[in-house]
Amino acid sequence: MSTALSPSRPAAQRPGLTAIRDALRAEWVKQRTASSAAWLLAGLIAATVAISAAAIAANRCPAGLTCPVDTTKLSLTGVEFGEAVVAILAVLPICNEYSTGMIRVTLAAMPRRAVVVAVKAAIVSGMVLAAGIVAVLACVLAGRLILPGHGFSPARGFPPLSLADGPTLRAAAGSVLYLGLIALLSVGVAAIVRDSAVTIGAVLGLLYLFPVIATFVGNMTWHNRLERYTPLAGLNIQATTGLRSLPISPWAGLGVLAVWAMIALVGGALSVRLRDA
Amino acid sequence: MTSGSIATERPDVSRSRAAARVGFGPAIRSEWVKFRSVRGWIIGMIVAGLLVLLTGVFLAGNGSIGCQNGPNSPALTGKACLPPVPIGPGGEAVSDSFYFVHQPLVGNGSITIRVTALTGIYTQGLAQVGQAPPPAHKGLEPWAKAGIIIKASTRPGSAYAAMMVTGSHGVRMQYDYTSDVAGLPGLASAASPRWLRLTRSGDTIAGYDSADGRHWALVGTAHLTGLSRAVQAGMFAATPPYNKATTSLFGGSDQGGPALATGSFDNLGLRGNWPAGAWSGVNIGTNKLTPRSPGGFRRAGSAFAVSGSGDIAPLAPGPLSPIPSTTVEEPLAGVFVGLIAVVVVAAMFFTVEYRRGLIRVTLAATPHRGRVLAAKAIVIGSVAFITGLAASILAVWLGLPKERNVGEYVLPVSTFTEVRVIVGTAAFVAVAAVLAVAIGAILRRSAAAVTTVIGLIVLPFLLSVTVLPVSVADWVLRITPAAGLAIQQSIPNYPQLSTNASAAAGVYPLTPWAGFAVLCLYAVAALAMAAVLLRRRDA
Repeated sequence: MSTALSPSRPAAQRPGLTAIRDALRAEWVKQRTASSAAWLLAGLIAATVAISAAAIAANRCPAGLTCPVDTTKLSLTGVEFGEAVVAILAVLPICNEYSTGMIRVTLAAMPRRAVVVAVKAAIVSGMVLAAGIVAVLACVLAGRLILPGHGFSPARGFPPLSLADGPTLRAAAGSVLYLGLIALLSVGVAAIVRDSAVTIGAVLGLLYLFPVIATFVGNMTWHNRLERYTPLAGLNIQATTGLRSLPISPWAGLGVLAVWAMIALVGGALSVRLRDA
Repeated sequence: MTSGSIATERPDVSRSRAAARVGFGPAIRSEWVKFRSVRGWIIGMIVAGLLVLLTGVFLAGNGSIGCQNGPNSPALTGKACLPPVPIGPGGEAVSDSFYFVHQPLVGNGSITIRVTALTGIYTQGLAQVGQAPPPAHKGLEPWAKAGIIIKASTRPGSAYAAMMVTGSHGVRMQYDYTSDVAGLPGLASAASPRWLRLTRSGDTIAGYDSADGRHWALVGTAHLTGLSRAVQAGMFAATPPYNKATTSLFGGSDQGGPALATGSFDNLGLRGNWPAGAWSGVNIGTNKLTPRSPGGFRRAGSAFAVSGSGDIAPLAPGPLSPIPSTTVEEPLAGVFVGLIAVVVVAAMFFTVEYRRGLIRVTLAATPHRGRVLAAKAIVIGSVAFITGLAASILAVWLGLPKERNVGEYVLPVSTFTEVRVIVGTAAFVAVAAVLAVAIGAILRRSAAAVTTVIGLIVLPFLLSVTVLPVSVADWVLRITPAAGLAIQQSIPNYPQLSTNASAAAGVYPLTPWAGFAVLCLYAVAALAMAAVLLRRRDA
């Protein structure tokens, strides 16, 4: 008995750098060879930029009116909708393994289950961050090109969007991080729920219902609570004007989302570890 | 050979005919058994119903209302702030406040007048204690109005018919709060005056307008039921408060303040029995929540100048409502939250068959593939309808008292409308479930199907109530399945009312049934496409 266990122990219990590198490589090969990931990344960029461009184009500042518009936030509107694609992208690697039974092969090859979740989270969020950078840069560029023609001109106090501007850079970089955190949150929920439809429903519910409820709730106390403690808080990272009236400061808001993502990931890792595959 | 082959074919034909005859009942039955034996789906539907109910009850009556009777009187909250709300002849809540220069008219008769000007002033913001009042600016609200009116009595909410000039909607005939007929266009001025006439004959009042006092055109006819022999008739002026909404991304801002409109009249002509022989002026309707400019009238020979504020119109929800009003559908706003759970279950109802290969067994048992789709749609639609109905009834039953308790006025609607709102909400959930099951059949993958349906219904609505300007949101809520939510709107969109209301206030661009039809069209199109694909593709 003991002789049978001992050969597998060193590999299973001390996953050196090599083991983690191998795990990362295995997951990367899976993602690279599944055609859906490439399509979804392209869809993430397309949806984010298209909705941002549409939101920018739909807003005008008529002559003679003062427009209390945060042009940076306006240009990054698409992020709130690109996150739906991020959710699918991040949910599928885990849920598909569970639905096809592939997870058993994966866990046989990599018995350290928490490492499996961590590696999947790393690969998925890495891909989302890369695509997010492209999408956010395109959104800022769209704002820079379209806004001046819609009345948001330098003469009226709206300098062209530029990443050299501190708050704009923070909003843009923060939006990329926001998408990455949404990916981590989705991976965590997927590891807990396992079924793709239910996971997607849960993640999209988490992301989209709080804004709707916050819109309808008449009570300001509850409105502020929702904006402060739900994943919605992460979007405060996009604000560049009226920072004092924000329900939560930009980085703290992103921190709230990070806490949600961490809770989901830890819950996911525990769930994968404690339950049978 | 020939006879043998005929003999073997015959039983086949009769068996397939028999299968066709009995096919649908068992198909529904087997789909129902599938649904009821998956515990997760039952739990999903219960969760959906609870989400609709809990969110709705949480959202209902969540506002806080405060008021003061005067600068030095104690602050009041909740119900104490609610003024008595007049009810119009049609049973709807109305605002009925204006300055009325009147005398009784007994029996049949008419009143004719020439309007030479309609002017207005407004202030931005309210006067603060111990500070100079804000400066008055010249300007007219679009629905500032002045003209002549015949009214059953001076009681707010009583029946009336009026001919008026308005700030930017030309001459109108309005009667009994909800009816509005357009007359001559353009603003009245000394160079281009407007002549107005109202003629009473029993319960019937006819409104005429003219540009020169000689050539008259009939604008409309009102039948005011139960008019007594003696009515109050004369001149009036009213204007809603000043409001300038800067709608932009991330919430518009409303700037408002009291306004006062003044109509200048001359060439007054009366026919019939006007026994009093003298005019008296009175402010009709008071409302401590909405500050009003005091009205009044001046007479110089045959010329009158009548000033007033307020409005004669139905009440509608929205930021400009003069009282904190809400609607019967407000406790149903949670339908969105439950919808996601319903969509997940409905999409999986088809997609899981593909995951486990069960679809081949299903199609072997029911070879008519369209019938499988129809059976699934009927089962999931019925389950979603019953879930939605139970949750809606409970949400309204628990939510409305909560709204009334915080001092919100629930705009009254007819029983038929209330039933339409509640049953319509359940039908909205049911049709969305059918759309989801059809999209599940088309896409075959749970994740893709759930995301597509949420992207079709929830995202357009979310975009419309949060980031999109009203003009764009109006189109989004016409052409996406989210239009179906219009079935919840209990108070119609009155064109004679500036409400600044958007979907966030429960006001939709399409009428309830038209909006619901848009959702149904999507569901039918998805079902048709699913039926074709199901037949063409291998399972």
